Amino acid sequence: MAPKQKKKSSRGKKRPKPVLAASEDMEPVNMESMGHPEIYPLVLTTKTQEIFNCRIDEDVTDEQPYKLIKKEDIFEDLRNRAAVSDFHPVKKIVQEYPGNELLLVYDKDFKYGLNFYLIATEEGKENYLNPPEVPEEQEEYKEHIPEDVYIYKPPVSKPWVSLGSEKEIEEESVTESTKQITYMISRKRSEFGAPIKFSDQNASSVKDAYIECTAYPDKNFTLKQLEKDVGMQVIPQIKDISTQTKWTYPKNATTQYYPREFSEEEKETLKQSKPLVDFLNNASVSVEIALQQNEIMNTFIDDWKYLAEEEGTFGDKTDTYLKEYQSFTDLHSPMEKMITCVSWHPTIYGLIAVSVAVRLSFEDRVHFSDKLLLQPSLILFWSFSDPIHPQLMLESPDDIFCFKFCPSDPNIIAGGCINGQIVMWDITAHADRIENIKAGGSRSKRATLKPMFLLEPESNKEAMYIRHCAVSSIENGHKKVITDIHWLSDTFEINRMGSVFENRSGICCQLVTCSADCTICFWDIRPQKPLTPQTTEKKKEESIEIPFDVPSTFLHLDLSWKPLTKVRLSKGETSLDHCPTKISLNEDHLLCKTQAQSKTEKAEEMNPYHNLESGMANLLKPIDDFCTKFFVGTEEGEVIYTDWKMEKDPETGRLMSKKPVSHHTIHDGTVHTIQRSPFYNDIILTVGGWNVAIWKEGVMTGPLLQSCCAPKRYTSGHWSLTRPGVFYIGREDGYIDIWDLLEKTHEPAQSQNICITMITYIKPWIFSSKQQFIATADYYGTLHILEIPWTLSRPSTNEMASVNHYFEREVKHLEYVEQRKKIREQEKKEMELEMAKKKVKTYQKSKEQMQAELKMDYENYLELEKTVLINLGLIKVTEKGSYMEVM
Amino acid sequence: MTPVEETLKRIQSHKGVIGTMVVNAEGIPIRTTLDNSTTVQYAGLLHHLTMKAKSTVRDIDPQNDLTFLRIRSKKHEIMVAPDKEYLLIVIQNPCE
Repeated sequence: MAPKQKKKSSRGKKRPKPVLAASEDMEPVNMESMGHPEIYPLVLTTKTQEIFNCRIDEDVTDEQPYKLIKKEDIFEDLRNRAAVSDFHPVKKIVQEYPGNELLLVYDKDFKYGLNFYLIATEEGKENYLNPPEVPEEQEEYKEHIPEDVYIYKPPVSKPWVSLGSEKEIEEESVTESTKQITYMISRKRSEFGAPIKFSDQNASSVKDAYIECTAYPDKNFTLKQLEKDVGMQVIPQIKDISTQTKWTYPKNATTQYYPREFSEEEKETLKQSKPLVDFLNNASVSVEIALQQNEIMNTFIDDWKYLAEEEGTFGDKTDTYLKEYQSFTDLHSPMEKMITCVSWHPTIYGLIAVSVAVRLSFEDRVHFSDKLLLQPSLILFWSFSDPIHPQLMLESPDDIFCFKFCPSDPNIIAGGCINGQIVMWDITAHADRIENIKAGGSRSKRATLKPMFLLEPESNKEAMYIRHCAVSSIENGHKKVITDIHWLSDTFEINRMGSVFENRSGICCQLVTCSADCTICFWDIRPQKPLTPQTTEKKKEESIEIPFDVPSTFLHLDLSWKPLTKVRLSKGETSLDHCPTKISLNEDHLLCKTQAQSKTEKAEEMNPYHNLESGMANLLKPIDDFCTKFFVGTEEGEVIYTDWKMEKDPETGRLMSKKPVSHHTIHDGTVHTIQRSPFYNDIILTVGGWNVAIWKEGVMTGPLLQSCCAPKRYTSGHWSLTRPGVFYIGREDGYIDIWDLLEKTHEPAQSQNICITMITYIKPWIFSSKQQFIATADYYGTLHILEIPWTLSRPSTNEMASVNHYFEREVKHLEYVEQRKKIREQEKKEMELEMAKKKVKTYQKSKEQMQAELKMDYENYLELEKTVLINLGLIKVTEKGSYMEVM
Repeated sequence: MTPVEETLKRIQSHKGVIGTMVVNAEGIPIRTTLDNSTTVQYAGLLHHLTMKAKSTVRDIDPQNDLTFLRIRSKKHEIMVAPDKEYLLIVIQNPCE
């Protein structure tokens, strides 16, 4: 018995055993085994059912399967029917039942085995009548505990429910519809395995060996075609022939032929023949019509294509003004300075060098000379990245008026001083300093690498003063201010005579300077063969100790530098000479284009300038056909075309400079710009005074173009580097005039204000195809960098050809003018002759007449005299004859 | 001057004319203003082309016939005037 049900079961099993054995036949069986010890199954016969009113399906139904039966009734039944009563087996339980009514439940499903059962306890009764959830839960709960362990329940086979799949299977399956025919063939055993012999037989020979279905024309299917559509073409007769040949192997075969030609006689005869004449007469008509059509108009021309301008314009097309990019001023100098010369660094982007001079007149200079001595004269290097501090400052003994970078080595700079000296600098040691200006980050890196400089962050920005490394000799050089300096091209060099030789050293080694003392000097930077070695040595000893940080590149030149040749511009008999202000050599324009070339030269390991002696070769090949002529502009406004070759004066035997080939006085003031066009080697622009002139080398009669006087004086000028017909002129009131020869030739195309004072120098420069700058220097010492807009930097299509055409036209015009002059002169002469002739004739004629007249007058006078005297009574009539004789 | 020469000279003097030549029906040049090799080349090639053009025109319409042939190229224009027995070829550089 279950331990939980001990209580109940103990109740059920209270009665003692012997009493059981004695009185009862069998012990009532309770459903303890099923977990309900209070349930006692019973069988109730129909009689009992009638008695207790618990008939099946009448009193006791599904809805109410229980019935409460009083205890007394059961006892009564027991008394009545004793052992027959159905309640007999549960008599004891009924007797012990505490309550009054017992619950009898109809067990329809025979759950407990019999058709009724009795609940023996009040609690069971209560549980059954009241919501049996709790006992059920308890049951479930009891059931769950043993179910923690998963009990495998094998699948219970259920009967197959057809869902229609067997039809599909039946459809798919192949079954024999008909019964197979089987044959059984038998033969005598001995006949199996005997050798077999096959033989051929004609099917038709044996009767019934085959069955045939012959085709026959069926009349139902024949159609008669009534119409036919056929295409016809007339072709020449063709014959198709084919052959088959023996093909051996491929062989290269060539044929050489000459065209059939007529001999000369045949040609002649044919020419005379009539058919040819007729043919030509007929054909030439149509040919001429066709030719004329072509001459009138080209019908195949694409107008749209020729109308279109340069496509792909970068930037605003309407933007034609120079835009201010940056401006540089030296704020540290105490005295007022002006900029005298500007030069862009040939290789480094954004670096521009400026020479400043004190803005004083000659008198003031003398007056303040003591102050000026203390001040260093400088060339400042400005970079785009730093507008306040100049990158480098080159010192010179006196104010520099012009300077140039050496085209072969941008670290060599030559400058002309106000006192007539040439000054040379070598900044190779500082080259990397200025090259790395652009990277601003490198500076901070330097600061971290060298912690001692951290305390002075400004030290990196401090500009270096670089001393010059050579100056020319004071006695032998120029006596007055050097107005222009140029490096000679590295393709040639000249000697003392002025003859041109080829340059083997590959570097620019010669300079030309012109100065206000009316001379043009040629200088060589290489050490010359000392003619008097002793004196040079002495000079070296006397020379000043040079500071250690100055490079020794030009040590041999310092203070002893003499010019190679001097060309004196004399005016002939008069003592006054021309005072040159600017010169323009033949090869000058190359300087603009050496940007690419100088870069390739940097690859050389050894800087040739540090080893100048190696370039001295005695035997140099002379260059023939070299044009040694050049243009000079003077202070008086003249443009002189002269030769630098010296010639020997036959009288004195000295070397004399040649007389100028031509000179014209065009400008009203100092000529401050003579420049060759970067596009045409023989077109020169001269600016001076109040006007501009364009010249062509070789045309000696005059300038091609001479502008009329401008309202303001022109103070500087420069060709545009990209557009052949454009040049920039700076005025004294701070305006830049942009001239475009293709637009207007009588006045500037554009005028723009840059600053308030006179513009002293203009220098444009190309950095890339999209960026072009123009550097403008003014009188107050400010350098303005302006950006050239797209329209001024991009040449239009055919611009070069148009400008060339314009120049040619101008040349022709000049020639025409010359011719006209000649014709005019001739005409004039003729007219004069005629006039003279006329005069002569009239003179001759009138001479006789005059004589006659005179005579008559004289006679008249005599008569008059006679009459007067007679009237006066002085003369008698008879004395007239003697009086006449006396007279 | 013979009328032949006159005509040819007149044609040659037109603006832009580079060369003139007269070729017979077989393609053999009779008169020319260009050098021999060029003439022979032009004559041979243009003769074939003219024959082809002529046959094309006649194939399309047998009653039609070729009167003038103009070939316009990038550099110049070639004009051919055909006849039963001769061919007049003119090369012109049109005005540009």
